[in-house]
Amino acid sequence: MALRRSKTAASLARTSLSVACWLFVALLASAADLPTVHVDTANVVGPRQLEKQTQASVIRDYLESWQSMGRALGENRIDLLDRFFVGAAKEKLADTIREQQKLDIKVGYHDRSHNLKIAFYSPEGLSIQLLDTVEYDVEIVDADNSHVTERLRSRYVALLTPAERRWEVRILQAVPDSLGFAEPAAQQAVKGRQ
Amino acid sequence: MRRALFSVVCLVVLAVVALPSAQDRGSLAVSKSVEAGKPFSISTSGSGKAVLYLVGPQVLRREVELGKTVELSAGEVHRAGHYVAALVGSGVNAKGEFDVTPARQPASLIFLAKPSRLAVGQRQGISGVVFVLDGFKNLILEPLPVSFELVAPSGGAQARSVTTNYGVAWVKMDSATRAGTVQFDASSGSATAKRVIQQVPGEPCRLKMSARPMGERIVLQTEPVRDCNGNPVPDGTIVTFTENYGGRMATVDVPLKRGVAQAEMPAYQGAVISAATGVVLGNEIRWH
Repeated sequence: MALRRSKTAASLARTSLSVACWLFVALLASAADLPTVHVDTANVVGPRQLEKQTQASVIRDYLESWQSMGRALGENRIDLLDRFFVGAAKEKLADTIREQQKLDIKVGYHDRSHNLKIAFYSPEGLSIQLLDTVEYDVEIVDADNSHVTERLRSRYVALLTPAERRWEVRILQAVPDSLGFAEPAAQQAVKGRQ
Repeated sequence: MRRALFSVVCLVVLAVVALPSAQDRGSLAVSKSVEAGKPFSISTSGSGKAVLYLVGPQVLRREVELGKTVELSAGEVHRAGHYVAALVGSGVNAKGEFDVTPARQPASLIFLAKPSRLAVGQRQGISGVVFVLDGFKNLILEPLPVSFELVAPSGGAQARSVTTNYGVAWVKMDSATRAGTVQFDASSGSATAKRVIQQVPGEPCRLKMSARPMGERIVLQTEPVRDCNGNPVPDGTIVTFTENYGGRMATVDVPLKRGVAQAEMPAYQGAVISAATGVVLGNEIRWH
């Protein structure tokens, strides 16, 4: 009886260890899937001071929007855009998904790293602009089983506006190489009369 | 020696056989940058058929014959962003990257103006932020001048011109001294946007009342109550009349009607009557 109990205990321990190992591996895998993020907090341009808490929530929501966009385009699901995108950004992404559906193509975007800078925080806190150098994988999957994967590095400008629960992406657009990604300079009024 | 010669000949034969097949594999060439909505072409090399994918903010697929040029017509690719061009076919796997840049002409503005209602004479009280878009709703990232103008009811205007930085321009302006509707305009090229801001009078600036007897009562009436810029303070603003007599105090709260407040209080010899509204104290009247 005692022997059976000890065997059961050993089996339980093995099972627990195995589950723990799987969990650990799963956690590692999910951690490996998360992009690395670097935020440059220097010199936010604009008339308004950016609180740390606001900055943290803007960056969190922006990064989640990338994950959401990757899934939406990878699964051709417009509904996944609802929580994070609004206005022109949402319309354009929805159009892209419609085009993909029409062509029976899925394009997955997996962001690998972000190098973020907060470029502008507007008066009254109505909008925030981010500059981001993103490294991401693009995976084109065609219905005829063609499969193309490419790692890209591109610079993005994002405009976020506050909604009831989170910051939503209103514009997300790549910055062409021809336009430098210079330090955003404080604006200057070139003409004024009163 | 013979063996070495044989090896060289084999290598040459292999190279000759392999070279055309490498060429046949196909390649593509595309400009690094094309303007949104403009026609452009992608040249391919090799032979045979393949599928060309353009993937980015827009997605296109074309069956192509290698060695021919693929033409993309005006308006076909109009969403600005970073694109991958991939040529896929039997034994073909060529890729290229390019940017679609926004059109140069502003077509519309996202104009965020705040607040929609404020008091007159507020320094830097009105803010405006503009994002400049092209005809395809792409954010124009090249620096562009944006003009802001605040036209007061009196006709006077404040104007600023600001250059965009990554598509955004912002300004802070003062509210005018006259109450009324103010038009806040923003423009860049032919793109314009208008907002209306209601400027309301500020707090009362001074308060003066007069008194006249009416039987056993005193009729108290203020002069028209104005803010420090001479704008009439809105009706409904409360004026408090206070009468002190023999250690007793009576107060009456009266809303402004047609710019003035009027109240009746008991007429006591030696009573001291005062009026106040907000943080402004009016004159005192000693009743004899």
